[in-house]
Amino acid sequence: MADTVPHIPPLGQRPRLMQMQGIAKVFGGNVTALRNMNLTVNEGDFVSLLGPSGCGKSTALRLIAGLMTPTQGRILWEGGQSTGDLGVVFQEPTLMPWATVARNVCLPFRLRGKSFASVREDIEQALALVGLASFADAYPRELSGGMKMRVSIARALVTRPRLILMDEPFAALDEITRQKLNDDLLALKSRIGCTVIFVTHSVFESVFLSDRIVVMAARPGRVVEELTVTAPYPRGMDFRTSAEYAAHTHVVSKALLQAIGEPA
Amino acid sequence: MTLADNTAEATWDAEEARRARARRTEDVARWLLPILVVLGTLFLWDRVVAWNDIPHYILPSPGRIWEQLIKDWDMLFASLKVTLWITIMALGVAVTGGVLLAILFNQSRFAELIFYPYAVILQVTPIVSIAPLIFIYVQEPTARVLICAWIVAFFPILSNTTLGLKSTDHNLRDLFTIYGASRWQKLIHLQLPSALPYFLGGLRIAGGLALIGAIVAEYVVGTGGAGSGLAFRILEASYRLNIPRMFAALFLIAVVGVVIFALTAMVSHFTLRKWHESAIRRET
Repeated sequence: MADTVPHIPPLGQRPRLMQMQGIAKVFGGNVTALRNMNLTVNEGDFVSLLGPSGCGKSTALRLIAGLMTPTQGRILWEGGQSTGDLGVVFQEPTLMPWATVARNVCLPFRLRGKSFASVREDIEQALALVGLASFADAYPRELSGGMKMRVSIARALVTRPRLILMDEPFAALDEITRQKLNDDLLALKSRIGCTVIFVTHSVFESVFLSDRIVVMAARPGRVVEELTVTAPYPRGMDFRTSAEYAAHTHVVSKALLQAIGEPA
Repeated sequence: MTLADNTAEATWDAEEARRARARRTEDVARWLLPILVVLGTLFLWDRVVAWNDIPHYILPSPGRIWEQLIKDWDMLFASLKVTLWITIMALGVAVTGGVLLAILFNQSRFAELIFYPYAVILQVTPIVSIAPLIFIYVQEPTARVLICAWIVAFFPILSNTTLGLKSTDHNLRDLFTIYGASRWQKLIHLQLPSALPYFLGGLRIAGGLALIGAIVAEYVVGTGGAGSGLAFRILEASYRLNIPRMFAALFLIAVVGVVIFALTAMVSHFTLRKWHESAIRRET
């Protein structure tokens, strides 16, 4: 796992990774959480699912994670999906309080029967990537909210999974920490070239992070529009204050307003 | 000296000093106060007995009890060992049985539906009323007392551990599922650690109850002879109106109780101090 900077081809030339075909999820026979969702995710994509609460974005994520089975439709993985070839980051850091930071990051390996000693290097590397190299032996309670989230991200990427799912990971953090983590997430993505599906309800976050934004609407949950953010990576402070960024947020906001049924 | 050094020194203000003083006072008081209270009580007790000329067969003075304790030490110590041994064994069986049953209930909903009523019935029926039956059906004297102590002690372990096994963080559970964890892996790496604080809470209660169970069982049977515990010594002494010896035996039972409590509290503290809220000392 040498740290060579991976080359990600431009949008439209990336190999396909996963495809959702006509996915629907109905709860209790009458509550439609998701209706006819079609989504293709390619290797190297940063896809945001953006929408108001109740639009089925978290349901979509849980379906992809295999925590639920769809009522209709199917999810196809390129080359078949092996169990656990996913990284997940929830809204809460979801760490085991009884285990040190390093042991927490080790969890995906541990559940595949690998010993802590045999993956020590991967763990150290993952912690270095999120800037927590010196906190390997700390317990979660000793860390701030932002640092806990970093541990959670390190755990998600330590196995270098094919796809990382993030369910509003920074929603509970303060604005300053959130911006910092957004910056760091992009830096990290450009270093390891991972594929991410990112659920959020923040227009600004989705524009800043993603190259593809899927706008969703509620009741019933459905995809209403797919937009691309063409700005090149790496993105930083300059992008956040650029006219291009403003233009993108304007377009996405408009799409979102239409999605929730209000005049733009 | 730089400016930063100056501010660092200046932050030790009057409030900080007061807080440090309060902390030191509390550290001393934590030990000193209980000792003073016990010594005061003993002194008062001694004086009340002396001033009122209370005969020792009604209320012996602390000194008298101490003398009796020394005099009967061999006999009382032998009984102490019996009671202690029964209590420890009962607690050991209660922990093993309680935890294993809790795991069984957790893994199989049907096992829980089938066996839980029995656990509750055993728990709510007073041990004093079950004990005579046990003494009819079980011949071995140690086993009799052990069974009684176990019945009393195991329920808090069972119910607390069952609750703990269910109280796992649901996101962590999802995460384990996503990573393809087996049922066994979930149990070992997620549920058992989550249940640990609950189990230790149950252990503290069970420790006291195991002692109570052992004492009550002996009271009900009143097995005499060489292999008898402290409860029998109390009974025997009361028949002979040897009140100082009753107090001496009572004193030893109390000591055992306190030691068990202290041990379980210590186990709990050292297991949880790194990560659980209950064991973390906060700055006030």
